[in-house]
Amino acid sequence: MKLLQNKKKLRSYKEFLYILPFILLVAVFAYYPLYGWLYAFFDYRPPQPLTMESFVGLKWFKSLVSNQVKTKQILNVLTNTLVMSGITVGTSWLPMIFAVFLNEIKCIPFRKAVQTVTTIPNFISWVLVYSVAFNIFNNTGVVNHLLVSTGILEKPVQFLQASDHVWLTQWFWLTWKNLGWAAIMYIAAITGIDEELFEAARVDGATRMKMIRYITIPSILPTYFVLLMLSIASFLSNGMEQYYVFQNAFNKEKIQVLDLYVFNLAMGSGSYSVATALSILKSIISLILLSVANGISKLVRGESFL
Amino acid sequence: MKGIRKRLKKQSFGDTVISVLTYVFFAAFAFICIYPFYYIFINTISSNELSQKGLIIFLPRELHIQNYLKAIKIPGLLDAAVISVARTVIGTLLTVGTTAFLGFMFTRETMWCRKFWYRFVIITMYFNAGIIPWFLTMRNLHLTNNFWGYILPAVVSPFYIILAKTFVESIPKELQQAAEIDGAGTMKIFLRVIMPVIKPIMATVAIFAAVGQWNAFQDTLLLMTDDKLYSLQFILYQYINQASSLKQLVNSSSSSAVAQSIATVQTATSIRMTVTILVVAPILLIYPIFQRYFVKGIMIGAVKG
Repeated sequence: MKLLQNKKKLRSYKEFLYILPFILLVAVFAYYPLYGWLYAFFDYRPPQPLTMESFVGLKWFKSLVSNQVKTKQILNVLTNTLVMSGITVGTSWLPMIFAVFLNEIKCIPFRKAVQTVTTIPNFISWVLVYSVAFNIFNNTGVVNHLLVSTGILEKPVQFLQASDHVWLTQWFWLTWKNLGWAAIMYIAAITGIDEELFEAARVDGATRMKMIRYITIPSILPTYFVLLMLSIASFLSNGMEQYYVFQNAFNKEKIQVLDLYVFNLAMGSGSYSVATALSILKSIISLILLSVANGISKLVRGESFL
Repeated sequence: MKGIRKRLKKQSFGDTVISVLTYVFFAAFAFICIYPFYYIFINTISSNELSQKGLIIFLPRELHIQNYLKAIKIPGLLDAAVISVARTVIGTLLTVGTTAFLGFMFTRETMWCRKFWYRFVIITMYFNAGIIPWFLTMRNLHLTNNFWGYILPAVVSPFYIILAKTFVESIPKELQQAAEIDGAGTMKIFLRVIMPVIKPIMATVAIFAAVGQWNAFQDTLLLMTDDKLYSLQFILYQYINQASSLKQLVNSSSSSAVAQSIATVQTATSIRMTVTILVVAPILLIYPIFQRYFVKGIMIGAVKG
């Protein structure tokens, strides 16, 4: 009996040994970087190693609010971040509506074709999106050509260098890239709805709009809710790649979101310490947002998503 | 005709309006999604002179493939292609293998502290230290200007592991138990019993991992200063921003050889467009083949997770 137990134990350790190398990889690439947070408390100049003399405590955190120039910059960056995230969250119901109406299309080949084609942009990189944008909207691109030749415009517009509509155009590119793909989640949810509900409604003489309103949408609202909460949790992280490739001297004021600002601070001007301090603050706020969103989810739906 | 009329009659007026609007909207959206690629493509194979004037909009004119012949000779492009292909192939193989193995191992209730280690891995999906600490780590590990800097951080990927674990859990336990009674060890069960069954989810993960590696741009930007290690995406980004100097390079190297007609002389735009097509082509080519698999795959994850 004891022998059997020992054998079991041995096996459970052996199985752990199998995954140990992978656990170590996670530890190295996801947990070990956390030590880098130390740099926020030191006056770090890139080539030199950290020494106790360069310890500055909370200096960098304080500089974020006491240094007027920096504070102004950060407020500007925060505005950009909040507005762009706000637009995204405010229009987060689009994929759901997209899926609902796509589902209404009875011609299967057309529906399949639309689904295939609209998910393509999701699979290309931001660099490629930028390249596409550049080629379509530059001086000799198709948009300017059509606008000028039809007489709507006198001369070509520098679309990508304008700063007036950056928030909207960035939202447009994000939507162009994601909408079709984001809808797949809802299409899956719609497929899961019991057919009998629709049959019953049809017998009762419900119109299609009524079925959408009273059956389809209520059935997929839980999915929407979870995704909405997750997007609230990542309100401050719009990522940097998109804004990095689209940024230029003309639109910099409006396009710099937090992630891009942190990157530009560190890689552009070598301010590792301030950039790290900002990252830490962002992580803490994100964590708070995540738990708030999780809490709301618990209150409203009685279940959490973490 | 009669069928259509009958159908229309059955629908109320409001329903018909909605139907028509739906079709129009989706056709328009699909057009917006696909047309840019088509536009760029027809411009690369048309007369560069007409293209420069913005005259190539729906159909290619004066076909030629000079742009492609020139583009592949651009210095650095071939190196970048080798790097991109290498990281895609190696990265995908490692990620898929690891995902399959860990997805299976995290279902083994016999494993020591299984739940804890599963959470240890999955939690990394929700938090990260930030790009500067990550960059400093990579530098400390000497993974900057090192090909493995592309590969190693991507080997264990929590999201794929969730998908794989969910899939393994949906396989009847009896299958494993039968093998165990026959005396198969953990590894043997994985290789002989699990691997053959989880192919659909592996295909899904493979396509995601491959697209991810092919598209990656940020890691080159952060980690690599050695131009031998630049990826295609990075090269493309550079070309968009400095195409005019490139134009001189391309055209000067060719002027000594056969004289080109005006229509086929490369312009800054033609080079940019050609490289864009070269970078996007692999995705557009494999996409329709694999689309069915990963839609199914993501649905498995969406419905259960």
